[in-house]
Amino acid sequence: MEQVQFLGPGMDPVSENRPHPVPSGESLHWLTLGEVSHGGQQCFLVSALWAPGMKAGPPQPAGSLPLALAPLSTFSKRPLSTAVLEALSAEESSKARNLENRLEIDGFPPSPLVVKDFIVLRGLCSPALGRPGQLLNGHTNNWAVLVCTSRFWFNYRHVANTLSVYRSVKRLGIPDSHIVLMLADDMACNPRNPKPATVFSHKNMELNVYGDDVEVDYRSYEVTVENFLRVLTGRVPPSTPRSKRLLSDDRSNILIYMTGHGGNGFLKFQDSEEITNVELADAFEQMWQKRRYHEMLFIIDTCQGASMYERFYSPNVMALASSQVGEDSLSHQPDLAIGVHLMDRYTFYVLEFLEEIHPASQANMNDLFQVCPKSLCVSTPGHRTDLFQRNPQNVLITDFFGSVRKVEITTERVALKPDPSSLGYSHLKCQKDEELTEPLNYAEQLPVAQIIHQKPKQKEWHPPGGFILGLWALILMVFFKTYGIKHMKYVF
Amino acid sequence: MRKSGLPWKPGSLQPAPRLARRKTEKIRGKHAALCFATMAVMLGLPLWWKTTETYRAALPYSQIGHLDSMLLRLRVPVSVVFIQGSLPIVDQQKLPFTVVNERDVPLKCKMKLKCRFQLAYRMAGSHEEKAFKKDTIEEAEAALPLPKEDTLGSLNIFVIPEKSSLLPKDKMSYIGPKRTAFVRGTQVRQALTVMGQRILQVAQSMSLTDEVLAAALGDRLPEDKVSLDKRRPLKSSLGYEITFSLLNPDPKSHEVHWDIEGAVENYVQPFLSLLSVVGNFSMDSQILYYAMLGVTPRFDAASSSYTLAAYSLPHVINPVEARLGSRATSLYPVINFLLYVPERAHSPLYIQDKDGARVATNAFHSPRWGGIMVYNVDPSAYNTTKYPVKVDVDMVPVMEVFLSQMRLLFGIPPPQMPENFLLGDPPREGLRSWEVDRLVWARTVENVATVVTTLTSLAELLDKIGNIVIKDNVASEVYRAVDAIQEAVVELSAGNLELAFRYSREAVTSSEKAFFDPSLLHLLYFPDDQKFAIYIPLFLPMAVPIFLSMIKIIVENQKARKDIEKVD
Repeated sequence: MEQVQFLGPGMDPVSENRPHPVPSGESLHWLTLGEVSHGGQQCFLVSALWAPGMKAGPPQPAGSLPLALAPLSTFSKRPLSTAVLEALSAEESSKARNLENRLEIDGFPPSPLVVKDFIVLRGLCSPALGRPGQLLNGHTNNWAVLVCTSRFWFNYRHVANTLSVYRSVKRLGIPDSHIVLMLADDMACNPRNPKPATVFSHKNMELNVYGDDVEVDYRSYEVTVENFLRVLTGRVPPSTPRSKRLLSDDRSNILIYMTGHGGNGFLKFQDSEEITNVELADAFEQMWQKRRYHEMLFIIDTCQGASMYERFYSPNVMALASSQVGEDSLSHQPDLAIGVHLMDRYTFYVLEFLEEIHPASQANMNDLFQVCPKSLCVSTPGHRTDLFQRNPQNVLITDFFGSVRKVEITTERVALKPDPSSLGYSHLKCQKDEELTEPLNYAEQLPVAQIIHQKPKQKEWHPPGGFILGLWALILMVFFKTYGIKHMKYVF
Repeated sequence: MRKSGLPWKPGSLQPAPRLARRKTEKIRGKHAALCFATMAVMLGLPLWWKTTETYRAALPYSQIGHLDSMLLRLRVPVSVVFIQGSLPIVDQQKLPFTVVNERDVPLKCKMKLKCRFQLAYRMAGSHEEKAFKKDTIEEAEAALPLPKEDTLGSLNIFVIPEKSSLLPKDKMSYIGPKRTAFVRGTQVRQALTVMGQRILQVAQSMSLTDEVLAAALGDRLPEDKVSLDKRRPLKSSLGYEITFSLLNPDPKSHEVHWDIEGAVENYVQPFLSLLSVVGNFSMDSQILYYAMLGVTPRFDAASSSYTLAAYSLPHVINPVEARLGSRATSLYPVINFLLYVPERAHSPLYIQDKDGARVATNAFHSPRWGGIMVYNVDPSAYNTTKYPVKVDVDMVPVMEVFLSQMRLLFGIPPPQMPENFLLGDPPREGLRSWEVDRLVWARTVENVATVVTTLTSLAELLDKIGNIVIKDNVASEVYRAVDAIQEAVVELSAGNLELAFRYSREAVTSSEKAFFDPSLLHLLYFPDDQKFAIYIPLFLPMAVPIFLSMIKIIVENQKARKDIEKVD
């Protein structure tokens, strides 16, 4: 996959889905910022500046195409001042005008792309280069595999970790049919849970992550290494239902989140087995070979988490871990009422970060890398991007955590001729059906009326309180009356 | 090794038998040790090796290796019929003969792809001549006798006289709804070469265009051919599930009826029956109440209507999708078509495109997912006091949109022809025969490419990852896939598209079955230190005595040899 390198930090690709219209009555100021050599061809980056009250500058070069969008403040550290503009414009704007004449490109309708305080880079390249499709994230669907590998009450925090990520991806738009959730799920109804049917992620029971619609796909003892690997590689038994499969294709972005107890090179699954980093890397390779993903984001929150991704060798995988090799991942949010820690530090801050994200937000992976500095996490979170083809700066959080669909407007229409004869017939049939159908009722599954109107059950007779005690006292009194204290030796 | 119970008196001298007995004991011990050692080596080691090895049935590795660099030749049989007067007399005498035109398609990988058009030229028979006496081109086409070869993938091109009035003056060719096309002839010198070019252009646009190949080969093509269209169609599959859903978010105001059964019967079924070559289709419909879109529409005061802007459309689908449900049993891709009747408070609702203009179809689609159409209730229906208002959906415009979306999702975009081509109207079903052919071409090539990737990556994985088990049934599936793919390649180069497609589908089924067989993941990975931890308690107690006795035997042997030397 080829890429155009952009000038300046903090730039995101412009998505088709996020046009920023210029306010009417104002115009853009076009400047050339530089040239980029790309694949042996010259590529010019042209910027458009817009600020409130700015005078009209050179017009937009015809047919230029959007390359990148970045907040102006990150582009040049200084605020947008007229001085900067003037310094640039005298020379650069003439260049832009020349470019306009020199390069003619068809097929790219010019679209205004600037909002307040934003700078738009526009590239003038041959159409073969930065086509919008190439720069845009090339996925059509999103999947998530969320795994909690622990069970038992004292691992409450791992369940809360997984559920909080589940909550976030679901809120950001990945439907349940595209989430494979593997969870021991023994917390909500655990007898030790003082608040049944809840799993809290924040102290003082602020945030319940066990909502009304948690759809656990692999529950309890089904969370095994084998099942996990089968889900990833797709080698599931034929009887497996759709909801338990990862039906991704070569255009799927997959988020894999794991949490549990781990060590150097392995992650323990429910006290009985463990998955090694080699196994995980091999599974990813098998997925890649079968084109089961387009890009993958792997996040692990466990002790020595970085050891889990160091063996990966398949392309297009980005990995994050809560701790380096030799470090422990630490828990957070001890709650006195529940009696255990509610979350792990890393996931807690990831969740805090994700709560700020909305489907159209522009936060990128670099922001996610800095979510939990050592001062907060105590451990040192790690990340690995060498296998990933894109610059993390250009990867939106919503590329993995959300599902922003590509849509196209339908413009065509197949001309159909209504068939009066058959249509009338079926219409008639429908009406007939309607007449025949009687009001539908639900089948009676629960005898509600009986339950409500039943007579109160007669209580069984119990001896009054203290009766047994009194009886014993009586027996003892009779005994001592008969034999006297000194005859105790006959008893014992 | 002397027992105390032996009749042996101290003091009595019996050195010779005692020594002899000792010696025999020793030799027996030696033999025993050797026996154990050989047993351990000859029997134990192979047994251990055999029982712990990952079972791998023999696979046709060399054939799979050849698949990667194979030559795929797509042969399109075209019969070209010249009507009287379409050619100079000189050239007419050369007929009939066959011309072959071959074109290389550049690919990124080692595989080679060649498109071969085999043009069989001949003069028209009397029946065909008669048909061209008609006035209009449609009539002429209808009057033509059924061609001998009207199989999938074949083409019939008729060359009509240059001055013929069947075609409008500015048009050079006409492409009909069936596998038939008409091309205007010429009287220039070397007419056959000129005509060859024209015929080839028509034949190409009816069968193997660049778009068809791009759709089929995807990332195997060089980068500059990548486009957004490529991602739109669903991948080749054995079957598809189609779900029509009517969303009624406001049942208090609207009582919506739709005659989906009749619409499917009249419009969808004929459409899909043409596509039945490609896969099995199953359809169902549902009505969902209180299913809301994820976006609140904006009120547009100018037209007193509500609008959904283009940028908000991606967020519309997800909240709805959770309610759609999916069939648990089938694993075929699901295509959703939603008809949304907006709430009374938000109607009429219109979709805006990027420029802010109202979309005529009031619909949009999402690649590999399906389409959504907004159906507005006629505002005059609200002039009543009785709620809910009864709404009868007019299914014709709805199905027009859904079918066009279906075309796009199956990878049959509206054909784009050069300007001097006249395109015949599609038949009532909404699909031209040669469009189906193009789809089958694309699917066949896609299937072949998929099988090649699957098999080569399986071979590569077996090479790379040691603990993958290949059972006999998996191996037989691999063999079957390899055989079928070779058959498909043979049939493709012979021009039998239908047979080739069937073989390619078989190959896909077998190769997927082999790759995704649950038995491949039979053994889990154990790191070496764990293996040692398992084997040492087993092998050490047995190995130590054997090794020690072996060492002892060797040492004694050497000693004995030295003794003999000394004696000498």
